[in-house]
Amino acid sequence: MCNRFRANKKGRRNVIVFNAVSKRYENGREALANLDFEMQTGEFAFITGHSGAGKSTVLKLLTVIERPSSGEVFCAGDSLRRLRNREIPYYRRKLGMVFQNHQLLFDRSVFDNVALPLVIAGYSTYDINRRVRAALDKVGLLGKERLSPLQLSGGEQQRVGIARAVVNKPPVLLADEPTGNLDPELSAEIMGLFYQFSQVGVTVLVATHDLGLISRYDHRLLTLHEGRLVEDYQETSEYESGFEEARDHDFEDELDVAHTTGEV
Amino acid sequence: MGSLNTAAAQGGRGQGASVLQASLRSRAEHYFRHHREMARDALRRLADTPFSSLLTTLVLAISLALPTGLFSVLKNLQTVAAGWTDEQVKVSVFLKKDLKDSDIERLYHQLLKREDVMQAELISRSQALAEFKKWSGFSNVLEGLDENPLPAVLVVQPRDVSVNGAKALRDALGALPQSDSVQLDTEWIQRLQAMVALMQRLVGAFALALAVTVLLVIGNTIRLAIEGRRDEIVVVKLVGGTNAFVRRPFLYTGLWYGFAGAFLALAMVESLTAWLRTPARELAQLYGSDFVLQGLSLSEGGIVFTVGVMLGLLGAMLAVRQHLRAIEPHGSI
Ligand SMILES: Nc1ncnc2c1ncn2[C@@H]1O[C@H](COP(=O)(O)OP(=O)(O)OP(=O)(O)O)[C@@H](O)[C@H]1O
Ligand SMILES: [Mg+2]
Repeated sequence: MCNRFRANKKGRRNVIVFNAVSKRYENGREALANLDFEMQTGEFAFITGHSGAGKSTVLKLLTVIERPSSGEVFCAGDSLRRLRNREIPYYRRKLGMVFQNHQLLFDRSVFDNVALPLVIAGYSTYDINRRVRAALDKVGLLGKERLSPLQLSGGEQQRVGIARAVVNKPPVLLADEPTGNLDPELSAEIMGLFYQFSQVGVTVLVATHDLGLISRYDHRLLTLHEGRLVEDYQETSEYESGFEEARDHDFEDELDVAHTTGEV
Repeated sequence: MGSLNTAAAQGGRGQGASVLQASLRSRAEHYFRHHREMARDALRRLADTPFSSLLTTLVLAISLALPTGLFSVLKNLQTVAAGWTDEQVKVSVFLKKDLKDSDIERLYHQLLKREDVMQAELISRSQALAEFKKWSGFSNVLEGLDENPLPAVLVVQPRDVSVNGAKALRDALGALPQSDSVQLDTEWIQRLQAMVALMQRLVGAFALALAVTVLLVIGNTIRLAIEGRRDEIVVVKLVGGTNAFVRRPFLYTGLWYGFAGAFLALAMVESLTAWLRTPARELAQLYGSDFVLQGLSLSEGGIVFTVGVMLGLLGAMLAVRQHLRAIEPHGSI
């Protein structure tokens, strides 16, 4: 098992490791069976499969919403099996999560929504202001921080969710159907954002069954079928991708810690 | 889950002496700032629903005011029961009506000479009638009578004011041929003392029952608040909020309720006391007492206040313990 944690040939380290993971829900439904895969620092991967294939379950295990029935999951330096309940909040602060239904607080302003992880983690007002602005700028919503999420379009709401997910510079970004109800143009825009995060060292895992979207990019693609990993397609070249190199250098600085904190 | 104070970015921080110090200080600052914000946020939420907040506060206040008011009554009764001075131990001798005034006068002087008598006062038949007219307001009725129906009274103060001493004097005076009947005025005080002892227990039981009521009311209010913010709790837990962080606003809600309830309860008891003070003094004067109705002392008020606030916090803690754990982000992905 130790070899899994050695640096791979590109000199990168594993950030996410699934080691013979099975998940059987309480109702007896086997959602994942003997799942093995790793992801490295700054890697971008899609996870796909039919409805009920187990995509969301993978993310639930990574967020410790659920615990595996057997096998081990490692993420961002933690063995999730050894994680005690009271350690979960601190572990979750190392993850950015984007949900299909946004999970925004509609009685709070956009600013307060994005600031929430920072408030929880105890940042100073000065840092909160600086980082929230940087994150909103990154997703193109600077100037809308005073609005309620209800006053935003679906795509804008999704981008608020993304800003909240990356505002505390997590080493890992997880997204479940992040483009579920968006038009192709917006979907491409959001994928572009995710890719940029991976370029500054964030490990990005996106669960989606939007095959049309996936086919536009040449990224790693994990395919699940009835809880089993049936295909693990690796991108053909690390430097070839469907994205422009549209890096925002300011935000890159913001994310610099991601390189140093998330390694297993 | 706090509302954020986002008014303005603070200016750049000065460089601390050491990084560790600065970070400790900043974390402590954050901790207290967060507590302040939670307290303010909880207060604002109560103000957002003024009617239901007021209703809950009123229920709490009444639950706290009832035992407090009863305690206050009890305290005053105790002063009455304990504060009877030696002069108030009196044997009243009602004299036969056919006695002549001169006989009465002689008896009065005989009594004054007795060893077991400290002092005596004579209320003649006409004096008794005048007093009765003055206090009863039945002067017209009495006017219609041919004869004064009231006996002369000798009010005798025993030298030995113990219960037995007073009773002995009563019996001795009752045996006098001139006496129609005798009455010892300490009996009502003994009855009062027995009653106070009983009431003390009743008030204790009552206070306990109402403390449980306060806990239940606050617990239920907090439970509803938790239900109303379920989605928010899930989101906070998903982005790394600890249980303490999630708990805090609800604990402050309980604290504020306890605070407001106790404050209102004290105001209720105090205004009731003020309202009753004048009639109570008039009643006491009828009994020849200079008794004054006492409100709660500062320390008693402090105790009621502390108990109210503690009950608020405790109710919130119990509710939070029971209902927060159940809220986990299972279905959120
Ligand atoms: N909380 C749960 N309790 C019981 N069974 C569950 C639970 N969550 C998921 N399942 C089952 O586990 C299997 C995998 O579910 P999962 O949500 O991971 O699928 P998915 O790939 O995300 O599907 P979709 O594309 O529809 O979102 C399904 O058969 C589902 O019914
Ligand atoms: Mg799913």
